[in-house]
Formats: sequence, structure tokens, C-alpha cells
Amino acid sequence: MASEIRRKTPEDYLRECQAEEEAATPKTEGHLKIFLGYASGVGKSFRMLDEARRRRERGQDVVVGAIQPQVPEEVEPLLRKLEVVPLKIVGGGTAIDVDALIQRHPATCVIDGLAYDNPPGMRNPTRWQDVKDLLEAGINVIASINVQYVCELREQVEAITGKHVDQTVPLSFIQSADEVEIVDAAPEAPMERSADEQVEVRKREERLSKLRELALVVTADIVDHQLNDYLERHAIKQHFGAHERILVCITPRANLQEMMEIAQITARRFHGELIVAYVKQANISPEDQSALDARLAIANAAGAHVEILEGADPADVILAFARSRGITQLFVGHSQRTGLARLKGSPLDKLIWEGHGIDVCVFPQ
Amino acid sequence: MTELHRGKLKIFMGYAAGVGKTYKMLEEAQDLKASGVDIVVGYFEPHGRKETIAKTEGLEIVPRKTVQYRDSLFEEMNTEAILARHPRVCVVDEFPHTNVPGSERSKRWEDVEVLLAAGIDVLTTMNIQHLESLNDHIWQISGIRVRETIPDWVVQQANDVVMVDLTPRALLNRLQRGVVYERQKAEIALQNFFREQTLVALRELALRQAAHEVEQRMGSEQARFQAADGATAGLRKHHKILVLVTADPKTAMVIRRAKRVSDFLGAECFAVAVQATGDLSGLPAPDREAIERHLNFARNLHIETRILEGEDVASTLVDFGRRNQVTQIFLTRPRRKAWSPALSRDSVQRVLGIAKDMLIVIVSDREPAGK
Repeated sequence: MASEIRRKTPEDYLRECQAEEEAATPKTEGHLKIFLGYASGVGKSFRMLDEARRRRERGQDVVVGAIQPQVPEEVEPLLRKLEVVPLKIVGGGTAIDVDALIQRHPATCVIDGLAYDNPPGMRNPTRWQDVKDLLEAGINVIASINVQYVCELREQVEAITGKHVDQTVPLSFIQSADEVEIVDAAPEAPMERSADEQVEVRKREERLSKLRELALVVTADIVDHQLNDYLERHAIKQHFGAHERILVCITPRANLQEMMEIAQITARRFHGELIVAYVKQANISPEDQSALDARLAIANAAGAHVEILEGADPADVILAFARSRGITQLFVGHSQRTGLARLKGSPLDKLIWEGHGIDVCVFPQ
Repeated sequence: MTELHRGKLKIFMGYAAGVGKTYKMLEEAQDLKASGVDIVVGYFEPHGRKETIAKTEGLEIVPRKTVQYRDSLFEEMNTEAILARHPRVCVVDEFPHTNVPGSERSKRWEDVEVLLAAGIDVLTTMNIQHLESLNDHIWQISGIRVRETIPDWVVQQANDVVMVDLTPRALLNRLQRGVVYERQKAEIALQNFFREQTLVALRELALRQAAHEVEQRMGSEQARFQAADGATAGLRKHHKILVLVTADPKTAMVIRRAKRVSDFLGAECFAVAVQATGDLSGLPAPDREAIERHLNFARNLHIETRILEGEDVASTLVDFGRRNQVTQIFLTRPRRKAWSPALSRDSVQRVLGIAKDMLIVIVSDREPAGK
């Protein structure tokens, strides 16, 4: 019936999205939303409690399960409007009262600060595990954390701050959240100070900027993860190139030292990913084999994991791999750069023409 | 007279209409006012959103000016009135806006430049979609060619770029609850930005850009290079990037890409066209216009341009590159069809053969799926 064919309205799209969303999230487990910040004072508590306020105004039953010992001034009015289930005090330490919360069973529970170890003898050693229990009990959780307390980032954070971090949350837990939102703000502008103090202020600002950058990159990585999940779930083959991914192809005569150097700088500056691969060749001469081994050693020394690919046509193999990984820049050496062979019909020609969305970076060898 | 210094620019960056950029900006404006700063609203787009409108309460608003174009009246920011009022800080919504023809300046970011030059601080908003160097990525992600773009150097000049984040799910909820006004809703949906994967990809782009902006603003270069992974980068080769400009319509894409890479690597970037006569006079009009347009485009992005004299494109290009210590040459994909204005395969092959001391980058098309 042609008369029923019409353009989709925004509402149609919304219904579709929602139906999809509902199908994707089974109702039994609570929904976890995490606000990620890079320092105290960027406004995580405010954003979190503001969200709690909005949910409450929409008629949801919201309680606070944990709040930081010292809350900023602007947070107090928000906090006053919410029911608080007090922390349990056990032998000088504190922990959220999981049993009381599960019994009270609100629709949403606010947990300000995820990275706490519980005192010994509690049901779980850490607070994030407590949150897991709340989620399993069907309670939605809104939580906050600073990037400093992500376990996998500990080394980087310690290099920036010079301080040891001992209570952390695994990245996998943060990635498992239904939503992660970054709370970004400029580091507070320093006041006019003496020259000595200014040096300190600048150092502090630099530390904060590094943490801020780290928080943004971690959030981007989590989003990238979600994007790939989504594409996989919906069998969408398209790649978006939102994340720069560099593939360095090793061949026996590649000038790998230079390729790796530029690849590493590019990956670092774009906060991108670096992948190294080589296509296994049959009947390789002993000279080529030893040249290849030397190059693999260079890649390994640079800390790169080398993927070994197999297939009849090297260009096809590389393209298939590049597409499957969402590569945006392909680094290849070009043997023909020494001879006068034609570009037309060469493997390089194929890479250039069939690598949609992939820049081909050709190195002399 | 006190010395006139340039105003500070702060950009609230989002990834879609409705994420809360204007709200966040006005929140900051209210904070500034509360601490006694002389602040006015130079331009605000209410879009009929109650919560956002409420945030302007108590702020002084400089009335817009009315501009006639053809038979209609349009309202634009009144830059002259703001200059006369000369507040310490001015709030300017919708940074990428294009003014109605006949306005003094064609872009709002140019109006903002005028305010900054007069020593007025500016708070403004934009979405990642409008950043020039990402235009092809946005096209790839969403299938939309965004026409209102802001050159990257304008954003680089900002003192700070703050990411205004909201998850796509929360954005979709907002849309459904009608928090986001009708026009905006239609805008997002019609523009295809609405599909979840598109929103997620745009959000990722915005986050990475925001991280890059933070890194760019860090004090010392050493700090910048350490920032990403805490390790020292060691001795770093200085990069110089050269782009070949032809009449090929893909040239704009290569220029954007080269500029983006050079910005990220901290490299210099040149764009050159090669002609036997050293100028464009001998070319047929369509080719001449296309090359002029591309050179102009490059200059607007703050890329130095030149027309080189030479019969042979490949050797002229590489010679110039060598004389200028170029490390990377960016080219469009060579042509497959004889009538195409693109570079011939032979030229590309020759560049590859001659420029053994340089990295040659052949920039791929970035096109949305299904195109």
C-alpha cells in the first residue's frame, strides 16, 4: 500500500532506538551510570546529585548510599532533598550498608566515590563489589570516580602525580557500566602569586592537565569499546575512523626503524592504537628470513605485538585485516620505489584503491 | 590608557544539539556574575527551552540587530553594540553560525575575533561536527556534509576547550521527554545524527579532540610529549608536510587531512600547485578556478601556499620538498579514468621513485557506508 509509505519522523526513530535498547538490556539487573572526573572539585558530586534530583522529580525512588566526607557548598541543597542511608562504621573504617540498601530497595542509589576498600570482615573487600551486589539486586546505581583510581592507569597516574595510589577499581568494571560520562572543566585559574609560588602553580596546573587529558582519553576508549560492541551486535561492517589506528606492515626490506618511529609518534599524538603485522610468505629465501627476523626483533623491542597473517595475496590479506581492525593509516614499505615498475596493477595500487578510509603511507626502503 | 590585551576565549564543545552546551555556558556566566564580573549576553539562542532560558535570568542582554536580506528580516549579534558596551566577558552562543549575507562579517567566529581583539573575554559553544579538519570524518560517520565550519586555528586560539558530555542514551531520553525543543529534535533526526552509532562515534571524536586540545595547551613541549603515556618521546625528528594541490575535487580532503596530521605532529604544512608557466593563466577556466579555490581554502586554514613553476609535476614537487626539508608529501589517489582531473598513476609512481628521502601519504576517500 503505497499510501502508507512515509518518511520516518523523529518519534519513529526514537521508538526504534528505545525498542532496541530495551531488547539489549534485560530488566533484572540494575543500570549503572558512572561520572568520571580528573580531580576533586571538577563537579562530579554536583552532576551526580543533580541527576539524582532529576530522577526524583520524575517520581523515582532515590536514596544516597555513600557521599564524600566533605561535600562542596553547592551540593548541600541537593543532598538535603535526598534520603541518605548512612555508611556502616566498622573498626574505624566505613563501608556502604549493602544489606540495608537491598532491603530498602530504592529504584536508584547514589554512590559518591567508588574506589574504597572495605574494612575487614565485610561482605566484599571493596566498594565496587558492593555496587555489583546492588546492581544484581536490581537497584540502579549512579556513581562517581576520579581517573586516578582506575587500576590499570595506576602507573601513568603515579608518573604524573608522584603519589602512590592504593585503592583502585578495575577498568573492566567501569567499562561494564551502561553509561560513563566525563565531567570536564578547566583547572582552576591560579591567583596572582610570587615567582616561587608561580612555579608551583604551573606544575600543579600541568599535573591537572595531564590527568584531565588522561580522563578524556579513557572515556574516549570506553566509548570506542561501546561503539565496536554496538557495531558487532548489529552486524554493521562500517568503520568510523573516530579512533586513529595505525597498521605497520613488516616486509624483509622495510625500513622498520623509521616506520616504527613515526608510527609511534603518530599513535601517541593522536592517542591512537598501533598494530604491527606481517604476511607469512612461502618459500622465503634464507637472506630474507634473517632480514625479517631482524625486523621482528625491532618491533618486539619497541614493545609492539606482531600479528602474523596468512593468505595467497598479500594485499588482500592486509586489506581484510585492516578492515577488521578499523585501520585508518597503513604504513608500508615500497620496494618499487627503487625500480621503475608500474604502479598500475601492483599490490600498492590495490592497497590505495581498495582501502576505503585508509590512508596509505609509503616509506622508502 | 591601559595596555590593550586580547580577550580570552573559552569554548564549550559538544557532539550534538541537546547535550547541554548552552546550559553549561550560562551556568558559568551566572557564576562569573555572582563573583562580580561585568558580563553580558551578546547572543543567545533560546530554542524555547525553559531550563536554559531560566539560566539567563538576571544577565544583561545586548539586543540583537535586525538585518534585512531580500524581503525578510533576520536577527544577528550586534557586535558594534557589544564593543560600545565593552563588558569584561561576553556570552556568544553558536560559534559556527553564518551571518546573513550583507552583514559586516560573514561568520560569527569573525565577530568573536573582533570582540577578543578589543580585549573582551568570550564564552561560546560549538559541536565537534563544525571543526574544519574533521569535515570528511563527519561525512564518513553521518553521511552529512557540514557546511558551517570553523578553521582549526580558530579553535586552537581558544584558551580552553571544555567537553560538555552526555551519553547518547541520556540524549535520546531528553529528546523523548521533550526537554530538547522541537526544532532541535527535528534537526538531529533529519540530519541523521540521530542514529545511535552516529552519536557514539561523534562523541568519541569530540572526546579525543578535547584530549588533544588539553595536550596542546600544556606548558612545555616536553610535558606535551610525555602526556600521552608518561614516557619521554626521545629525540624527535621535526616534521614538515607538503600537499600537492590539483584541480581534483578530492584536494580539499587531502588539505584537511594534511592539516590535521601536521597539527597533531606539531609539523609545518605547505600546499603547492605545479604549473609549467608558474601561474594559472594557461589553464582552462574550470581547472583554474578549482585550483584557486583549493589554494584559497588552504590559506584560510593558515597553510602557506605557492604555485611552483615546472613542466614535470613529480620532480618539481620533490625538488621543492627537498629544498624545504619536507619529510612527508600528501597526495590524492591517482586517477583511474583518463578524463579525471586527478594525478596520473605515472606521476604518483614518479614521486614514489624520486622522493626516497620522504614519506609519501596517499589520502583515501572517507565516505559514508552505502555511498
